[in-house]
Amino acid sequence: MTHFDAETAARARELVKLYPEPRSALIPLCHLAQEQDGWLRPEAMEEIAALLGITPAEVRGTATFYDMLHTEPVGRYLVSVCTNIACLLGGAEGLLEHAERTLGVRAGGTTSDGMITLEDAECLAGCDRTPCVTVNHRYVGGLSPHAFDQLVADLRAGRRDGEIPPHGTLVRVRRNGGLRVDKERIAAERAATADAQAARARAAKEAAEAQGGAAEAKGGAA
Amino acid sequence: MAVTDVPRIVTARLGHDDSHTLERYLATGGYEGLRKALTMTPEAVAAEVDAASLLGRGGAGFPAGRKWSMLRKDPVTYLVVNGDESEPATFKDHLLVERDPHQLIEGVLITAYALGVTQAFIYVRGEFALGLERVTQALNEAYDHGAVGTDIFGSGFSIDVVVHPGAGAYICGEETALLESLEGKRGFPRIKPPYFPAAVGLYGQPTVVNNVETMSNIPWILLHGGQAFAGLGEGRSAGTRLFALSGHVRRPGAYEVEMVKTTFRDLVYAPVYGGGVRGDGKVKAIIPGGVSAPWFGPDQLDLPLGQDEVGNAGSMLGSGAITVMDSSTCMVRAAWRITKFFARESCGQCTPCREGSGWLERVLRRIEQGEGREEDIDLLLDVSDNIAPGLQWPPQQTTICVLGPSIPSSIHSAIDMFRDEFLLHVKEGRCPGG
Repeated sequence: MTHFDAETAARARELVKLYPEPRSALIPLCHLAQEQDGWLRPEAMEEIAALLGITPAEVRGTATFYDMLHTEPVGRYLVSVCTNIACLLGGAEGLLEHAERTLGVRAGGTTSDGMITLEDAECLAGCDRTPCVTVNHRYVGGLSPHAFDQLVADLRAGRRDGEIPPHGTLVRVRRNGGLRVDKERIAAERAATADAQAARARAAKEAAEAQGGAAEAKGGAA
Repeated sequence: MAVTDVPRIVTARLGHDDSHTLERYLATGGYEGLRKALTMTPEAVAAEVDAASLLGRGGAGFPAGRKWSMLRKDPVTYLVVNGDESEPATFKDHLLVERDPHQLIEGVLITAYALGVTQAFIYVRGEFALGLERVTQALNEAYDHGAVGTDIFGSGFSIDVVVHPGAGAYICGEETALLESLEGKRGFPRIKPPYFPAAVGLYGQPTVVNNVETMSNIPWILLHGGQAFAGLGEGRSAGTRLFALSGHVRRPGAYEVEMVKTTFRDLVYAPVYGGGVRGDGKVKAIIPGGVSAPWFGPDQLDLPLGQDEVGNAGSMLGSGAITVMDSSTCMVRAAWRITKFFARESCGQCTPCREGSGWLERVLRRIEQGEGREEDIDLLLDVSDNIAPGLQWPPQQTTICVLGPSIPSSIHSAIDMFRDEFLLHVKEGRCPGG
């Protein structure tokens, strides 16, 4: 399978190694796939499944739970307008209506040029500047309708590209290296845990047998 | 106006534009708490935090020291930081993650040392793209500085920390859902018992889950001592707390204040905090602790910002989010929007929450749109009662987690305080606010 380009595939393998169990890397790998493709393609989910030792259905079944993982194409810019309580009090409904009208799409839709997907978002934790708007999860502040129009014009002209990466690129800083703590020490801790678990299971089994034996003896006496 | 002159604990550096850099952090006492901790025994570090009486800053307010002491002895244990801040109107962890990531990391390292965990994870809400960049950058710097990794500062103590991004799901703030998510699964809260991840947590191993603000307090506690922290605030509510103030105030923002010594009125009206209601309007109601909390009226503004004080008055400080609604607010619309949020974010495991939230949202919507009936008001309370029997506080639970029983809070409050507004919507066949 070669859906991931060489760099993405190498980074994916590094991410998997950060976790005690491979499946923990599922969300980071989905973000990585979105960074390459802009959304979560079926081919990417197959490759992620192979990397994690699970089925593509398990990847899809998990990914569809999360709002930020898109199993259908998204515009180059995901514009999220929060309409939750603090933004509602700050006029978010008016801004969202304005956005729908000027972009010509309903919330959830993508403009016909594929540039902008508009989203009616839940609280984005930017409640001191309302109505809160993010583009590709980058905060662009509380916006008036006029400022929104300017934002859209700037996005379409590529004037915000340095600051706002294309959809899918979530974190531009890479972790510098893998785990440093001695793998043997961790392995020893894990082995000790396994031993302890086995001992507990043995003790429980012996106790159950002893009880069973006692019950049998009792039954025999009766 | 009570603006106490206590030291700023978690926001001390935020006046600096470069508060997120290692350089600024080291110039302002950074990693000194960790250095001090490493000269102590892990037990002594834990005792210091226990003496601080630090209550968890995530929402439930569970004492951090007790949470730590409950960690089941096992060769493999984990520390997981909950940075999945998503309770509507809460934006204080967001600030700490973006503006002082080293403080968070130092708190994690001290905690990891005290608990002797195998590995630590910082789960950051996926939408915090800049926050994720800042924590990742800070972690890289901390590794290079010798503060994370092997043989930290020559002490012999070693620990790895991994920054983990979420992907957009409110429910992952619930600690067992967060662990499921960190295991690469859907964020379904786990069935209790076991009640505490300290017994069965990540991959079934004992795990401490602590909030970002809780962790951010730890370096100060180590440097200044648990007693100094416990000396701030009053009663069970020690120290300072970072409150996210939003809604109809002149100066919305995140403000660190001394607990109990400060009141809701101080926070809303003091010129250094909220600066009063915008346009000289009046407070109609406040949401004191995130949208899961029952509302207060203006007659309760003099309540102190303390966990028990607010709890005994029938609500909670919850996630530290305080939202002010002025007299222009349509309370039906406010309750509807909050309920729509819960309906969207219910994970779907439990019927009362999954179905109830949807029914409540639809009934509220039709009232708001002027298509409601008078009996809808009692219908709302009846459906609410099926999710949280008796509609008491704290709520009774019919579901795996507390999301379900949180749904009725705003509905019950709105009807209780503003029933006439609901009736007016029904009688006039429209929202009187337009």
